[in-house]
Parts: sequence; C-alpha cells; structure tokens
Amino acid sequence: MQRIGVFVCWCGSNIAATVDVQAVSDALAKEPGVVYSTNYQYMCSEAGQNMIKNAIKEYNLTGVVVCSCSPRMHEATFRKTVAAAGLNPYMLEVANIREQCSWIHKDKEAGTEKAIVLGRTAIAKVQLNAPLQAGESPVVKRALVIGGGIAGIQTALDIAEAGFDVDIVEKNPTIGGKMTQIDKTFPTLDCAACILTPKMVDCAQNEKIHIYSYSEVESVKGFVGNFTVSIKKKARYVDENKCTGCGECTTKCPMKNVPNEFNLGMDNRRAIYIPFAQAVPKVATIDPNYCNMLKNGKCGLCAKVCGAGAIDYKQQDQIVEEKYGAIVVATGYNPIKLDKFDEFGYSLSKDVITSLEFERLTNAAGPTSGTLLRPSDGKHPHTIVFVQCVGSRDTSGCGKPYCSKICCMYTAKHAMLTREKYPDTDVYVFYIDVRSPGKNYDEFYRRAVEQYGVHYIKGMVGKVAPRADGKIMVQASDLLADEQLHIEADLVVLAAAIEPDKSARPLATMLTASMDTNDFFTEAHAKLRPVESPTAGIFLSGACQGPKDIPDTVSQASAAAAKVIGLLVKDKLTTNPCVAQSNEMMCNGCSSCERVCPYGAITYVDKEFRMPDRTTRVRRVASVNPAVCQGCGACTVACPSGAMDLKGFSNSQIMAEVDAICQMK
Amino acid sequence: MVFSYYPGCTLKTKAKDLDRYARASAEALGITLNELENWQCCGGAFTMARDEIATKLSSVRALEASRETGLVTLCSACHNVIKQTNHAMANDEEFAMKVNNYMKLDTPYHGETKVIHYLEMLRDVVGFDKLAAAVKNPLKGKKIAAYYGCLLLRPGKVLGMDNPENPQIIEDFIRAIGGTPVIYPYRNECCGGYMATEDKALASKKSTLVMDSAAENGADMMITACPLCLYNLTKNASGALPVYYFTELLAEALGVKE
Repeated sequence: MQRIGVFVCWCGSNIAATVDVQAVSDALAKEPGVVYSTNYQYMCSEAGQNMIKNAIKEYNLTGVVVCSCSPRMHEATFRKTVAAAGLNPYMLEVANIREQCSWIHKDKEAGTEKAIVLGRTAIAKVQLNAPLQAGESPVVKRALVIGGGIAGIQTALDIAEAGFDVDIVEKNPTIGGKMTQIDKTFPTLDCAACILTPKMVDCAQNEKIHIYSYSEVESVKGFVGNFTVSIKKKARYVDENKCTGCGECTTKCPMKNVPNEFNLGMDNRRAIYIPFAQAVPKVATIDPNYCNMLKNGKCGLCAKVCGAGAIDYKQQDQIVEEKYGAIVVATGYNPIKLDKFDEFGYSLSKDVITSLEFERLTNAAGPTSGTLLRPSDGKHPHTIVFVQCVGSRDTSGCGKPYCSKICCMYTAKHAMLTREKYPDTDVYVFYIDVRSPGKNYDEFYRRAVEQYGVHYIKGMVGKVAPRADGKIMVQASDLLADEQLHIEADLVVLAAAIEPDKSARPLATMLTASMDTNDFFTEAHAKLRPVESPTAGIFLSGACQGPKDIPDTVSQASAAAAKVIGLLVKDKLTTNPCVAQSNEMMCNGCSSCERVCPYGAITYVDKEFRMPDRTTRVRRVASVNPAVCQGCGACTVACPSGAMDLKGFSNSQIMAEVDAICQMK
Repeated sequence: MVFSYYPGCTLKTKAKDLDRYARASAEALGITLNELENWQCCGGAFTMARDEIATKLSSVRALEASRETGLVTLCSACHNVIKQTNHAMANDEEFAMKVNNYMKLDTPYHGETKVIHYLEMLRDVVGFDKLAAAVKNPLKGKKIAAYYGCLLLRPGKVLGMDNPENPQIIEDFIRAIGGTPVIYPYRNECCGGYMATEDKALASKKSTLVMDSAAENGADMMITACPLCLYNLTKNASGALPVYYFTELLAEALGVKE
C-alpha cells in the first residue's frame, strides 16, 4: 500500500470559487492509502511546493496527488517538486479540477462533488504507479526550416549565427516568399526588396545554411532530437550547379504566354524562367506544363543557347533523406480566393483587384514598371475605392471568422502612397473598424487620413458593378452619416482575408503537430509558449501560426530560432519513460500493434523461447523501440491478447481510474 | 410527375400571363400541376415579421396540404414567403409549436414538404438538357437579360436555389430555350419593390438602374419571375426594353403559346 499525500489547490479563486476546496481535501483524506491531505491558495508557488516537499519527508509519502490545473500546465513543475524531495517524479498524479471542473461548472455543490471524484480517480491510479526512469537520446545538431519566406529566412539566419547547420526547404524556385511581391512596408515605407534581398543573399552565402529550393517535404519520421526527413527535390530540368543565372534561355524560349505567378498573372513569362531578378538561388527552372520539349519533344532552344550546358530535359525528381534535431514550420499564408464574394465583382472586371495585385501594380519590377495603371485599358485611375475586411471577420461561412490583422495597415499604406504619387486621385477606404495597434501604426493611419486626405468611410460596400463605359459603380453605406453612397470608381481594391498555405494541413499530419479549425498551427501555450508546437521538437515561425505582419513575423522567427538553439546545444535529451512495452509471453505475433503505430516504433522479431518440456521454440513477437515510441497508447488498444501495455498508463491503472469514477458514494 | 401548385393572388389578377404560360408549358413537359384547393394569399412580403404567426398561417396551410406531393411555386414573393415559413416550421421550435397549437392539425407540421420554384422544377426535375430537347421554336439570336430581383434568391441559405451574388439558373434556362443570356451586374438588385406605392421616384431610380444596366450590356429584352418586378420595370423604369415573364418565352419556345 502506498502512503499518499493529497494537495488541493485553490488557484486563487479560479478553483475555490466553484469548488469547496476544504470539503475536497477532507473527503480525500478518508480515501484508502491517503495519510495526509491539505489545501492551499497557490500550490505551484514556492510556498506551495515547499508544503509538498515537507509533507513527503514528514509523512514518508510514496505517492503524491495534486488537485489543480491541467497537467499540461504544471505536471512538469510538480514532478520536479517531488523529485527534489527524493521521490520518483512518476509517483505524482495531477487531478485536473480547474479546466475540467471549476472553469466549466457553475454549481458549487456539483463542482465540489466532481472534484472529489477526480481526486479519488488520481488516488486510485497512484496506488498502482511504479517508479519510472527516463532514458536519454542524442540530439542531431542540425535544424530544418520548412518554408523560405521572411519567417523561414530569419529563423535560419539566427540558427546559423549560433553555429548550427540549418536547411531551408522551399517549394518555389526561389526563397523570399510573399515579401518579394510587396512594394513598400509599413509604417516606415522602406522598400521591401531592399530589406529582404540582402537577407536572401546572406542565406545563400552562409556556409551553415543549405537551401533546398523547388523542393517539398515528403515524409517525416522520428522524434525530438532525431527526426528523419525525406525531401523531394522537384525536377527543374536545369542543373543548379551549372546554371549561372545569366537569363539567356529566358529571353529565347518561344513559349511567351505563360501566366507569371510572381506578378499574379498580370503579365507573362516564358516556359523557362527565373522568377525575378534577385531570386535565390538565381537558377532557371523549366515549367513542365508549358515546355514544348518536355511535352512533345520539339524545341530544345534553351539547351542550344545555354553556354553553361545546364539544361537537362531528362532530370528526375530526387529524394534526399536528412536527419534533424529540430523542425521549424514557416509555411506562411495566401490571400483567399474571392469566388465566394461575387458582390465585389472580382470575376466581372479586370479593374477589381486584390491588394497583393495592387502591390505588383505599384512595384517598379511589376507589370507596369511601377506606374499605377488600370489592368483593363492601361489608363490612370482617378478614383480608387479600397474595401477592407473582404472575407475577414466573416461569420456567414463564405469567409474567415478571424481578423486578418495586416489589411488595415497595408490599405492605409496603399491609400497614402497613391495620394502621395498621384495627388489628383480620389481615394476612398471602406472599413468596419480600423485596427492599428503597434508601434507607430496608429500615427501612420492618422497621417493617411489627416495629411493625405484619404476618405475613410465607416461602412461596407454592398455591390461593385462594372459599367459598359469602363467605370465601376460602387454602392456602399456610410454608417456614420447614415446614407447610401454611389461612387463612380476607376479601380477597386479588395483587401482579401489571408489563410494558411494549403501545404500546411498535410504537413501538420506528417509532423503530428496540431492545428486549429482555420488550419493555423496551434502553439503549445497561447501566452507562455507561443513559438513551440505541442509536439516536441516542432517550432512555429510566422503566419503559419496566425495572421502576422512583417515585424511580428520576424520577432517570432527569431524567437523560434532561440528555442531551436536551446534544443540543439544539448547533447542529449531525457526521453519520456511512459512508453509501450510488450509482454512477450502473451504476444501472439498478430502484427495489430505494428499496423496502428503512427511512429513506426514497433517491429517484430523471431525469438527463441524455452518451453515447459525443455525444448525451445521460435516465436514471432513484438518489440518496441523506446526511443521512437511516443506513448500514444494506440497499440495497447489494438492488442487482442492484452500483451501490450503503456508504462505509467497501464491497463490496470486505467481500469482502476474508471472504477474510481464509477464508484458511488 | 405530379406536384401541388400554388399560384398566388397576383397570378389570378395582374399576372395572369405568368400563370397561364406556366401551366401550358408544364403540360407540354409532362408535368401535372394540381392547383391547391382553397389556397389563400401568402400575405406578401409584409408577413416576414419574426414575432408574428397569424400572417404566416395561410402559407402553413398550403404547405401542410402538399405533404404528399411537394409544392411548386411561381411568383417570387410567394416563393420567398412560403419557403421562409417552411424553414421556420422546420428549424424554429418555438414558432412551430405556436403554429401547431393554434392549427390543431391531426399530424403536427414541421416543415416536411419540399417546396420548389418553377425554375427549380425545370432545372432539377425536368432537367435543362431535356428542356432543350423539347424546344420547338428556339429563341435564336435573342439576347435576353435575366432579372432575378431580390426575393427569388435571398436569404441564400434558406432559399437554397442558387448563389445570390452570381446566380446561373435563369441564364441556364435562357440557353436551354435557345437564347443568349446577357450577364449584367444589377440582375440581382431590388427593383424598388413596394416602394412604388410610397415613393415613386425611388422605385423609378432603382428600376431604371436595372434596365439601363441590362441595355448597356446588349440585352434585347428582360425576363423575370416576379409580378412586382415586371410592374416596376414596365411602369416605372425610364428605359425601353420589353420585359416578359420567363414562362411566356418558355411557352413560345415549346410551341404552346396561343
């Protein structure tokens, strides 16, 4: 029989307001095996922890139950506490009477009763706990960054700066991401390319950084400190080592009408292309969907003009396998498609554009060389209407329920720059609210209104109707003046909501990293661990975790790098001892467990067993690799003979918990 | 196929053409429309106050009487009222309880009847491809502007006929009868509706906007499913485009227009 101490936390009023903590500690004192039971205002505080340590010594406790918040919050804290008092850390159980009790109930009587049951359950489990020893596993001192936008670039540079090798996997032919398409950056209006491209070059020149461009992650195996990742290098039909980036091929290719994704389809590129002048790596890529040579074997012009002999029409996709200690997700965002917002006429008129398209129309490297011209007729627009929140804060189901965060500021930037460059232009901005928190942000927005005379109108646009004469009729409401407005515009710019990149969802599955309902990666703790995924060894950088502007992205990217460095400096990690083990005498070799194991931790071995009649027999039995097992417990459920058990969560422990819950008092 | 049919009061007075050609065409397409016995006025769009049941009882009576057959409607306003009432009977427990308590039906009604608009019948029951095959006098070369108005499609989730911001159904119908649809931005805007009785200038402004938009996009004529829209477009709009009920062109295409 264990000698158990019970410690009931008030969590200030978080628990104590809904649960009678005195009644809980009194009731649990009567449970079998409990030799000490008490309650305290803040069990996680130093005084609370000392209380636990002293009781362990004074009452010679062999097991501890803390009734407090979720174990996700403070299990690690209390494990350290009991270990400091000489107890095995796995002799501690946490009963969650906050998130699963006091926070969700209103009735104090019912809440108290439930807290007692939860405490009793933890006591029943700890009765069967056995001391567990954590093992050790080595750390591969190399990091992988998935996504080569500003988030991935910053993370990689910071990790490399600390002296660790880091690889960037980027699915496009060049790194740089969305920021390469942006013209100027708020609130300082410096040119995006001027601050980004030097960083791209730094990545290319840094000996510690290897860029896998035009590549995608195929599969991820392993665990924190020891991931094995397959990377698919897509065939670009150009030898990266030979190509000098001279661009001769891109001027000779006869396929001139390929929509240029860098300019969002507003102009064309060739079938062999370098996305833009400052691309890194500056290497040509052949688009197999348009190349005549690849499609029907006729052409070969680029190979003829290439002085370096870099063109290789026979190149194949290549799979590279690499080991990493840590993985950073930096997959970024995209503007949403506007096909569900026909009221704004995006599909009806070329002169209804998205904000990102507007960036290209004002960028010197864009389709109009930076002169703001209407896509339909190349004329100067004299009245421009900006519509904010297109698909953001939308609970109708057509858009996204969240605020995309960056649109208020970039729309203010667009409006201000238009008025600065073309003072004869009337600029209207329709908004629900203007959200401009951030250093120098509100000042920036005020400047757009007060100094640049942008017409900010609170209200939403209801209809955008292109007229046959080329004007665009914008029908909107002015909520403050309580009137309907009809504006004859030349150009309408829609601030489309942003959403996570489509590659994020399958990647999250590969990484077993959790996501929210909007496909943003979930952080381990919203406030205290914002750059880590709940899955150990996976870190989050940039807009893959939530909408972010460039300053926020760069801050988070560096924070993720700091966490990675903190991991990579360790030579060894302690492993979780709560792993599966198979009772070989009971295992019937059916392979059920092997099939359900998501981590590939189970293999089958042929092993000799001595039989009662002194003969030996070879049987096929399951064997768990404890370094790979993550302790999910899937195998214990799948095993038909009950041979598989999870240390720390054994079948008998769980049944004892269920019994304790079902026991009526 | 046999359906119960709800014409509505305007179709017995001002909009007889809408009704007449619809019946003739349905017959030609092998569909029997049985006019409900003793149907009552749907109450018009004024009945949509959420806290009132009395004005919606006539709709419930029509719905309840069509449980077995399903109900086909034609007038945009009737369709809107009946469909919204049916939705409330199926989804608003408190509303359904009040109605059922008042009506004391043998079997309480909870929105079981399937209500479709005549256009949906053409699309989903007949099929536009079958309709195209049945056309005898295709309206070749006719540039026709579909006018949806505001009641036929909205609220989109309740009426569920088509995307209210970029509808296709009448355009597909026009193609089926051999015409060329004209897409124009104001095809789903309000014509001014009942404002015509109170503020004629406003109704004139709204309906002129719609007709001008259709005309400048090259339309020869406009078609609609709504008597009120037809009224505003013909009486209050300053444009000159002819406006017809879609059923008239249907009957013409099928060769059953007397």
